Amino acid sequence: MAEFFRKLLGITKTQNDEPVTASKPVEMITTAPLSDQQLNEITSSAQSAIKYEMKQLVAGVGQSVGKQREHNEDSLLALTATLAGSVDSIPFGIYIVADGMGGHQQGEVASNAAVRIIGGNIMKKFHSYLFNLPTQNLQESLQELMETSITEAHQYVQREAPGSGTTVTAALVLGQLVTIAHVGDSRAYSVFPDGRIDPITRDHSLVKRLEELGHLSKDEAANFPHRNVLIRALGQGEVLEADIFTVSFPQPGYLMICSDGLWGVIDEKDIHRSIAEAPNLHRACQSMVEAANAAGGPDNITVVLAQMIG
Amino acid sequence: MGSVYRARDLHFSNVVKLVAVKEMINNASDPLIRQTIVQNFEREANLLATLHHVAIPRIYDYFTEDTRSYLVLEYIHGKDLEAVISEASGFLPEDQIISWAIQICDVLAYLYAHKPDPIIFRDMKPSNVMINHAGEVVLVDFGIAKTFQSGQKGTMIGTEGYSPPEQYRGEATPLADIYSLGATLHHAITRRDPRMEPPFSFAERPVRRINTNASVEIEAVINTALQYNPSDRFPSPTAMKDALMNVARKTGALSKITSALPMSSGGVKPLWSFKCEDEIRGAPVLSQGSLFIGCYDNNLYSLNAADGQFQWKYATDGGIVTRPLVYDKNVYFGSEDKRLHVISESAGKVVWTYYTEGKIRSSPRIADNHVFFGSDDKDLHAVNVSSGRAIWKHSTSAPIHSTPLIANDLIYFGNEAGVFSAVDFRGEIKWRFQAKRAITSSPINKAQAIYFASLDGTLYSLDVKTGWAIWKFRLGKGSVSSPALMDEFAFIGAADGFIYGIDLRTAKEIWRFHTENQVSGSPVVYKDSVYCGSVDGSMYCLEYRTGRLRWKFETQGAITGSPIVYDDIVYFGSTDHFVYALFA
Repeated sequence: MAEFFRKLLGITKTQNDEPVTASKPVEMITTAPLSDQQLNEITSSAQSAIKYEMKQLVAGVGQSVGKQREHNEDSLLALTATLAGSVDSIPFGIYIVADGMGGHQQGEVASNAAVRIIGGNIMKKFHSYLFNLPTQNLQESLQELMETSITEAHQYVQREAPGSGTTVTAALVLGQLVTIAHVGDSRAYSVFPDGRIDPITRDHSLVKRLEELGHLSKDEAANFPHRNVLIRALGQGEVLEADIFTVSFPQPGYLMICSDGLWGVIDEKDIHRSIAEAPNLHRACQSMVEAANAAGGPDNITVVLAQMIG
Repeated sequence: MGSVYRARDLHFSNVVKLVAVKEMINNASDPLIRQTIVQNFEREANLLATLHHVAIPRIYDYFTEDTRSYLVLEYIHGKDLEAVISEASGFLPEDQIISWAIQICDVLAYLYAHKPDPIIFRDMKPSNVMINHAGEVVLVDFGIAKTFQSGQKGTMIGTEGYSPPEQYRGEATPLADIYSLGATLHHAITRRDPRMEPPFSFAERPVRRINTNASVEIEAVINTALQYNPSDRFPSPTAMKDALMNVARKTGALSKITSALPMSSGGVKPLWSFKCEDEIRGAPVLSQGSLFIGCYDNNLYSLNAADGQFQWKYATDGGIVTRPLVYDKNVYFGSEDKRLHVISESAGKVVWTYYTEGKIRSSPRIADNHVFFGSDDKDLHAVNVSSGRAIWKHSTSAPIHSTPLIANDLIYFGNEAGVFSAVDFRGEIKWRFQAKRAITSSPINKAQAIYFASLDGTLYSLDVKTGWAIWKFRLGKGSVSSPALMDEFAFIGAADGFIYGIDLRTAKEIWRFHTENQVSGSPVVYKDSVYCGSVDGSMYCLEYRTGRLRWKFETQGAITGSPIVYDDIVYFGSTDHFVYALFA
């Protein structure tokens, strides 16, 4: 913008720039040099990536009943849209994974209802914004929208499938931000090209709680007998407090959401290898599902991968 | 599983003698298990029969009929503590809770002294603590030990709430009872039911954050009882009782306190102070060892930051509420005389002035050789710093008191009609956001979000690019305070008298600190402290993660401006006409 003003006012260059820094040494900033790894990341992604003019969101999914279960109690929703035109393009996506539990196939009911109600609620609110003109900003904040959607799903499950429950990890991608609503032990991750896999969510499980409190070591946690005990689930308890927060979309990288049938069975190396070796996101998801099944497939497996290109 | 009946003892036909009859139904199909259950029941009865304590119900008889076993006990007239807590209209008095807690410690000490083996209560919780008509404690339900049910896939457990972590390993020790007593007291004093919270999360809900009337001392006792490692808790109920007695005496000399007590309040002495001729409502700035601050006596003062010595003053024709800005050896500030003044930093000589059509209460910001500020003439002005000439004005619907933020190649600011605007460097609108009331608060930016408050009582987080609301945080009342950020937290004051600490990601309150009047000033963060003034006249220094008071300094007038902290010294002005410098 400095250029802009110079052009606008016809000021000659650096008339004032030098004395400014000299008179205010306090505010001089030295930037730390980048590490080799950081440099590598920037240069390699810049070289290998095809130049995209427009930001766009793409996604792939994978699901399997696993090798040991008869029913699939996991549910999944993946919806990706891009609106581009004269104004900035707005990547928009809804990605939800729910892992139901409870006898007599009630778990399926719970997870399915959660996915439909939350997804439907978000779409209802955004439909007019995205597809009608002219528009105003939503009065409800993104986090409030997630909150009301979760509460509605919670009440529905309590009413229609009492005794059952479900995990829910729902991500609303809008622009460069991801707003997450999360209950239970399905997980969202930021997966980076350099192999880093950072969990975005925190499990609401007894084992995780004890681990966080330093009561169990990593090894003890891995062998803890009550690994499947949740301390929060949608449909359970009078009041449900979901974790709701907003983070930046991992870039460059991937947003991954999966049920414990995936993260509990294959490790980070498998995940990274599947993504790195696959030609596209769908194949990457398929490859992760295959890896989980090859490792015994003890539970239903569900995974979503989303990427922001450009 | 069992029920308790209220019954009348018909042996005493001439009087009404009420008893409690506890029933246990034995549904076990395996005869061996059934027999074990009966034996356990009888063991409890025999145990109780040997106990003599005012806080333990007397036992009269026991018997078994088919699949049902019965225990006949003293009937306690009164209410259990859970009912007492939930029926109270507000917080229970601390003294009352301390008195009950001391009685519970007494009875626990009695149980542990039992021979041959100490008795562990195992199930301390409010519903097992009866408060009789005399207001005294009686422990009920000497239950058979409740063991943790191991879950199959998909089992969900209600949070045990009152049980200590080691109980999940099947350990039961006197120190487990201490933890459960701590949990019970936490529930009683905060009215927050731990069964509704994640297990072992008491540390995330400090007593005084919820019940601001609770004393620091009682909080410390409860924290000690709730220590994660049994060895960090009170070693015995007697030790806990001693601590409670100390609280009751308010000596503060507790033996085993884990949390730091706040430092003295009132012992803070100013490094220097300087008296102006009228109220100071704005904020100072520091540059090259000089402090610049505007005053309602219409002057801008230059003081020596080291000793508060007067250096020069520059007179305008109106009060100065804006925060001056030092740029390229000149001081920039707006005045209610409708002008932006630019004067030399060293001598206070005028360089140029710029007229608007209204009073200026928005502080200037400079980017790329241009100064941006709002005015009561409803315009955002962009002025070239070299020439002092406007390059554009962006008109809005109302006066602009908010100080513009320049970030992301846009200029962000609010106005008194509640419109928040993002304009580009041509002065053209990029997006707008409408709050319900005025936005006097100045925005601040971090990563993808912008934060500001409004008189509608909301702290907003908007997407920096699109203006979408990411979250809204409800303050108790409206706010003209501007948020400060540190790590993952935002800090802000509001007219409800609180200074808030809020998590940026989740929009959850981390703490709130109560002052005695509105908080109109803006907090600043320096090292690990938040500094904020209040209309109650005090400058507060709070620990930024917990909101604990480190110190406060009282002045004789409302503090409405924000302080600055530089080299471990806090500088601020007060409406008592003084500029103060304190050690941070």
